[in-house]
Amino acid sequence: MAANEAPWKLPSRGRVGMFSLIIAESAIFTIFVAAYIFYIGKSISGPTPRQILSIPVFITVCLLSSSLTMHWAVAALRKGKTGSFTLFWFATLALGAIFLIGTGREWHHLIYHEDFTIQTNLFGTTYYSLVGLHASHVLVGLIALATVMILAILGKVKREHWERCEVLSLYWHFVDAVWVVVFTVVYIVGR
Amino acid sequence: MLVFCTGSATLAAALRNPISPTNIFAPASTPAHSIYRLSIFLLEVTGAIFVIVVSLLAYAVVKFRKRKHDDDSEPPQVYGSNQMELAWTVLPVLIVVVLFVSTAQVIHRVQDAQAPERAVRVTAVGHQFWWEYRYSQFGLVTANELHVPVSDSKNPTPTYLALLSADVDHTFWVPRLAGKTDLIPNHPNTMWIDPQETGLFLGQCGQYCGTQHAKMLLRVYVQSREDFDRWVREQQQPATSDPTVAAGQALFLAKACFACHTIRGTIAAGQVGPDLTHLMSRDTIASGALPNTPENLRQWVHNPNAIKPGSLMPVPDLTDEELGQVTAYLLTLH
Amino acid sequence: MASESIPMAIPKTSRGVVFEWLFTADHKKIGVMYIVYSLLFLVIMGIEAILMRIQLAHPHASFMSPQTFNRLFTLHGTTGVFFVAMPILFGFGNYLVPLMIGARDMAFPRLNAFSFWITAFGGLVLYASFFAGGGFLQGGSAPDVGWFAYAPLTSTTYSPGHSTDYWTLSILLAGVGSVGGAVNFIATILCMRCPGMTLSRMPLLAWMNLVMGGLVLVTISPLTAAQIMLMIDRYLSGHFFDTQAGGSVVMWMHFFWIFGHPEVYVLIIPCFAFVSEVIPVFSRKAMFGYPAMVAATVSIGFVSLGVWAHHMYTVGMPSYGNAFFVLTTMIVGVPTGIKIFNWLATMWGGKIRFATPMLFCVGFLFQFLIAGLTGIMLATAPFDWQLSNSYFVVAHFHYVIVGGILFTIFAAFYYWFPKMTGRMLNETLGKWHFWIMVIGFHLTFDFMHIPGLLGMPRRVYTYEPGRGWETWNLISSIGVIFQAAAILIFVYNMIQSYFKGAPAGSDPWDAWTLEWATTSPPPDYNFAAIPEVRSRRPLWDIKHPEDPDWKYE
Repeated sequence: MAANEAPWKLPSRGRVGMFSLIIAESAIFTIFVAAYIFYIGKSISGPTPRQILSIPVFITVCLLSSSLTMHWAVAALRKGKTGSFTLFWFATLALGAIFLIGTGREWHHLIYHEDFTIQTNLFGTTYYSLVGLHASHVLVGLIALATVMILAILGKVKREHWERCEVLSLYWHFVDAVWVVVFTVVYIVGR
Repeated sequence: MLVFCTGSATLAAALRNPISPTNIFAPASTPAHSIYRLSIFLLEVTGAIFVIVVSLLAYAVVKFRKRKHDDDSEPPQVYGSNQMELAWTVLPVLIVVVLFVSTAQVIHRVQDAQAPERAVRVTAVGHQFWWEYRYSQFGLVTANELHVPVSDSKNPTPTYLALLSADVDHTFWVPRLAGKTDLIPNHPNTMWIDPQETGLFLGQCGQYCGTQHAKMLLRVYVQSREDFDRWVREQQQPATSDPTVAAGQALFLAKACFACHTIRGTIAAGQVGPDLTHLMSRDTIASGALPNTPENLRQWVHNPNAIKPGSLMPVPDLTDEELGQVTAYLLTLH
Repeated sequence: MASESIPMAIPKTSRGVVFEWLFTADHKKIGVMYIVYSLLFLVIMGIEAILMRIQLAHPHASFMSPQTFNRLFTLHGTTGVFFVAMPILFGFGNYLVPLMIGARDMAFPRLNAFSFWITAFGGLVLYASFFAGGGFLQGGSAPDVGWFAYAPLTSTTYSPGHSTDYWTLSILLAGVGSVGGAVNFIATILCMRCPGMTLSRMPLLAWMNLVMGGLVLVTISPLTAAQIMLMIDRYLSGHFFDTQAGGSVVMWMHFFWIFGHPEVYVLIIPCFAFVSEVIPVFSRKAMFGYPAMVAATVSIGFVSLGVWAHHMYTVGMPSYGNAFFVLTTMIVGVPTGIKIFNWLATMWGGKIRFATPMLFCVGFLFQFLIAGLTGIMLATAPFDWQLSNSYFVVAHFHYVIVGGILFTIFAAFYYWFPKMTGRMLNETLGKWHFWIMVIGFHLTFDFMHIPGLLGMPRRVYTYEPGRGWETWNLISSIGVIFQAAAILIFVYNMIQSYFKGAPAGSDPWDAWTLEWATTSPPPDYNFAAIPEVRSRRPLWDIKHPEDPDWKYE
């Protein structure tokens, strides 16, 4: 009946589902960013960003590079190079973990040496919530990455799984893109 | 068209009928008047739309219903019409433009009005569940009953209210005088009224603020200039000190009362509850909830929670005799 | 061999049936669970309404304490939005979308099940609050901050204890469920349509659920963000809405209404879908202006994101801010009006059968028109300065929700119950249901506008005599009796018809979309063979091979 039409091709469920999730998550982040920006300079007391924040260059470079290694990992798997895939996937995981550890260390310093917590002032509340929201998304991503890592080491990840890894990589790229925004707002604009 | 205009004029007249002291269609002040005129225009436009569309619906429902002796064939299938879509897009857009322009004008006229020199300025502070009024021009503070002078349209003396809140969100709403404006902590607002007739205007809090939101009533007394000036002078006096009720006064100052209430002329300077310096100059107590009679006053002091459950005034620790003495003291605060 | 029926695999035990439903990922069963869940909560919120209206029938009534009343209206609103309206629409969408697009299930069946169960759990959390703290008859720890829970009333200072937390938590959970459901709708509609069903050939119900899904993604998230902020304030001593630390309570309002306004479009758009399926079938005409309906729905989706501050006209925004939102709010009325005209045009020149689904749709048209017009009135900021937070607003939104949404949900029930159960609902009872509902609805909500115009604010557990409000409140309360009776008739109709209704067959209404091309109820796999379509009305093409739609579209 529909023979004269082109072959029936629809987008992949995984990609559309992940894009939808990314849209929803972007909306949450937008609200936290809006609150952060609105409250810049409005703290009644307590330390200002300029006084206690130092720009986290190293961990930012790590996180953004992890997007590159992630991209290479998926490209390798698509070509069937499972060895390279495992290597690049591990690099992504490691770089992401470095980022998270770095954030943890920054917070440790702020809390224990600068006496700066979520209840200190408006800046404290918005800073920890925004950076924390992002960090929690990194954590979830790392758990997913680690799961795939284990499967890869066990030799279960094959070429036909490349699309699923690509869907996961979309999430990871999103987390990195959010960091670009958070970094700019917190460490550049807000300081 | 003529029928329509007469119809809406009749409607307007009917709506003004004093069926209610809080009728938004019975304005007595310029902001309320502006809103009223706009609302009549709006009712006319929406009324016309309603009549047209409902007539079409009624016609369709009657004319195109399936008849009993129908042959069960399908009617001609019509898939759409670009002209119709255009028509019923463009026409509503035009209506929107007209409505928007009239609305924007009223918004500007009400919100951006500048206070003239002679304006009376009051700061209203919303509390759970009462209203504080501070007249810094006259150095007086009162509660729950707002007094303002009547305004003459040729020589207006509007009253400008600064709206603040001591706790949660409240809203000042006296329908015959103006639209409502919120009292929000850390977010000062202003509004103005210029009542053109004397009298008592009623309203109440318009933003859910907790358990007794329903009984946070508003009473605005619009007085002639002489009456208002006299009222100001009376309120500016410190409290009378009558030796026959010294026992009650001593109790007031010794028990918790002074911690929340102010009575100017004594050491009581609490800010948590209403200023009681001229309590007996008010018609009501408990923010309009009760007429100000000796019996009601006694009941209120005895147990505020029985009258306004959830009121923030704690039950005072007084024996019956002490209660009588404190009440007798309060009754002298004219 | 075709005459032999395939024997059932294993006889069903009651334990087997329970487990089947508990662990199912089948969109039809999940849809039914959503619907039954919502009906239970509809009855509960109805009881809450009855209790409140008894208290409000007379001024200074002492039927209940202010604390109880405040808890009731909070729960009534929260339940209605999150545990009745959202789930019932997700339920119908879940059931119908795969069938109408010729698919076997939703894109992510297990996510679907998860979304249902987490939403259901959220409802239980909310009502568990009644049993906490002071015990059931005292209202326990039920939240009493209103369904939009303005700060700083929700801070630990003004809402000590856990009542607010029940509200926050239950909505967070429901929100997760909604986003999961939305992701599923979008992926299903974009990725699983049967061959030949291009986007411009899919039923309007699919389009509307697509737009609704997209709207949920961007509108529930701000609410989730605000809830997280509130919890940070309440539990971690944060300062998001702490005015003492320089925080802004107006910011809560902005975030809440950035969710709250598009949310009402999330609720109404699937209802537009029901109307767009029922009116053509019962007028015996194709939907008039399909492309315009799609365009109107999409534009409503977009514009609705820019109107939220019309809930905040009294907050003290500058005049140009107020004016901007007046403009956007009025503009969103234009595509809505376009839809009403298109439905009218569909009926025009048709042969209208007034079976119960169509009766409810006609009621919807009349009532939604009025609701839209009172909406235009409220859109004009100065008029809203008088009417905001008054009973005029309460009347307006109940007009939309009950007169609009609930009426179309009833239409959907009468239309699709045969498909879901294989049996017709009783037409006579249906007509009784309709007419008594109409009487009750109009008694309660028409006259409810008047106290608003006469200065009565909302969320008041009692009111003063002598303000002209008594008569109208009494009439509104009496109307509730009729509505309750109508709903009882409806419930009885459903139960009785489930067991004894006339067999429906696969296509009792002589309709044109794919769900009627399979049995009633459909088999687990929906279709024996995935259909291929060439037009918007595949069954019309089959029934009218001499005059198929694809020649004209």
